Amino acid sequence: MDISAFVLFWAAIFTSNILLTNFLGMCSYLSVSREVESSFGLGIAVMFVLTVTAALNWLVYNYVLVPFNIVYLQFIVFIIVIAAFVQFLELVIERYVPALYYTLGIFLPLITVNCAIFGVSLFMVIRDYSFLQSIAFGAGSGLGWLLAILMLAAIRRKLKEKLVPTGLQGVGISLIITGIMALAFVGFSGIVQIQ
Amino acid sequence: MIFVILKDIAILSAISTILALVMVLAQRWLSNYGTCKIDINGKRDVSVIGGSSLLSSLSEKQIFLPSACGGRGSCAACKCKVLSGGGPVLPTERPLLSKEELSAGNIRLACQVKVKSDISIEIPSSIFNIRRYHATIAEIIDYTYDIKGITFKFDDGEKIDFLAGQYVQLETEPYPEMKQRVVRAYSISSKPEINDALQLIIRYVPDGICTTWVHKYLKVGDKVSLTGPYGDFYLRETDADIIFVAGGSGKAPIKSILEHLQIVGTTRKMTYFFGARTVRDLYLTDEFKALEDVFPDFKYEPVLSQPDPNDNWSGKTGFVMPYFKETIRDPKNTEAYLCGSPGMINAVTKALMENGLAKEKIYYDSFG
Repeated sequence: MDISAFVLFWAAIFTSNILLTNFLGMCSYLSVSREVESSFGLGIAVMFVLTVTAALNWLVYNYVLVPFNIVYLQFIVFIIVIAAFVQFLELVIERYVPALYYTLGIFLPLITVNCAIFGVSLFMVIRDYSFLQSIAFGAGSGLGWLLAILMLAAIRRKLKEKLVPTGLQGVGISLIITGIMALAFVGFSGIVQIQ
Repeated sequence: MIFVILKDIAILSAISTILALVMVLAQRWLSNYGTCKIDINGKRDVSVIGGSSLLSSLSEKQIFLPSACGGRGSCAACKCKVLSGGGPVLPTERPLLSKEELSAGNIRLACQVKVKSDISIEIPSSIFNIRRYHATIAEIIDYTYDIKGITFKFDDGEKIDFLAGQYVQLETEPYPEMKQRVVRAYSISSKPEINDALQLIIRYVPDGICTTWVHKYLKVGDKVSLTGPYGDFYLRETDADIIFVAGGSGKAPIKSILEHLQIVGTTRKMTYFFGARTVRDLYLTDEFKALEDVFPDFKYEPVLSQPDPNDNWSGKTGFVMPYFKETIRDPKNTEAYLCGSPGMINAVTKALMENGLAKEKIYYDSFG
């Protein structure tokens, strides 16, 4: 893939936002976005985990899966790596940075099963990214996810005082808003293509 | 072909094993918080290996907080008060706490709070440290013609942790006249410092299901089961003067309290009125008289209501109530501990209040 890591980073945030163009990581996006504070916490956690697991999975893919010719097992292996890393990270944060644990750490178990994380690892393989590109793509996707959930949380805060038709309250209206947000982001897509 | 499959399985297993190993090591080194002390209601300390949730740490110690969801933070049944060492309220707890509980700040979900340092909590005393014990009868002493002291030795490793004055429930075994099991409460008469055994003092009640079993059938070596400890009748740790009033088998909790005080030491002024009918209802008199020399200010006063002329009784007679006045030196700074029948408790409470004692400083264990 002939695209600089720097460009990829920005593209992952705006033109190919993992949440708004691929609709990955929706479950925690919808359930946690009720409060800006926890949205920020979860977003930061997602960003960090995305960056590191993209790098880890790149290494595992290129130095274990490809040489041993078991690329078809990538789904299982990636998930195991992500789960193990998140667990490990939780232990580390809990031990050494308790303050961070109380704001971020408790979201980590949620992230283990976040499809955005897994999705980034798969995209990285499909699009044949280099190590540096993978990290940039991971970090960018994470930042994009953070941005999206923060925006939704901010809108939902305003929404609390608004009259929403009964059938659309909660997740319904959130999905509609997400769709409108996605439209806006798709508007950037002409600038750079990474697919 | 088969080798390819086996190779793939081997590699996948290797990856999983390595990651699992990392996790095990991480658990070992990172979540090793050493031994943490959980202080419960300020009355009892339990030591646990830190790192797991308060709920599971407590249940390891046989203290079972209610929990319907199994510690996933969704039922909020395990709410308890964490006074210190619990860290801030977590976002996972917020949705399950009411506004009042959030502003109080110390109501927490035990399944979410992790024990990482010494922690002090408050839980309803009704659920704290109650469990079942299996015991063997080690000794039966005849204190009087109708009162026996029975020592229960716990089966290997079981230890009880109670406060002097609390009671346990004894479950009867079926015996010829009674096929059903019943449960009866008896105060512990041994001191809390002995934790691998306990003694109960049981008086024979004609036709009593449990007392008949205890007095006629129970023998050394029998296996029985007990639950406990229960009750909020226990010694308050203050400097106030103490009046104990208890007759018959009501002596049990007082014996436990005094033996406990003998070990921890006290300078409190204490008077024990033991109400009985005749001399043959008295027991452990020499032992309790001997305590007068152990404590700086302790009096043991047996009071006989109907002394037999042949007994040559020279001590106090009548009811115990008239003797309170001369005993109480400062009613505002005096506590009373009563143990006996409801009728006796009522009469004594009334007399103590007439002498100026506050109702909330009169503690009693009433049994029918």
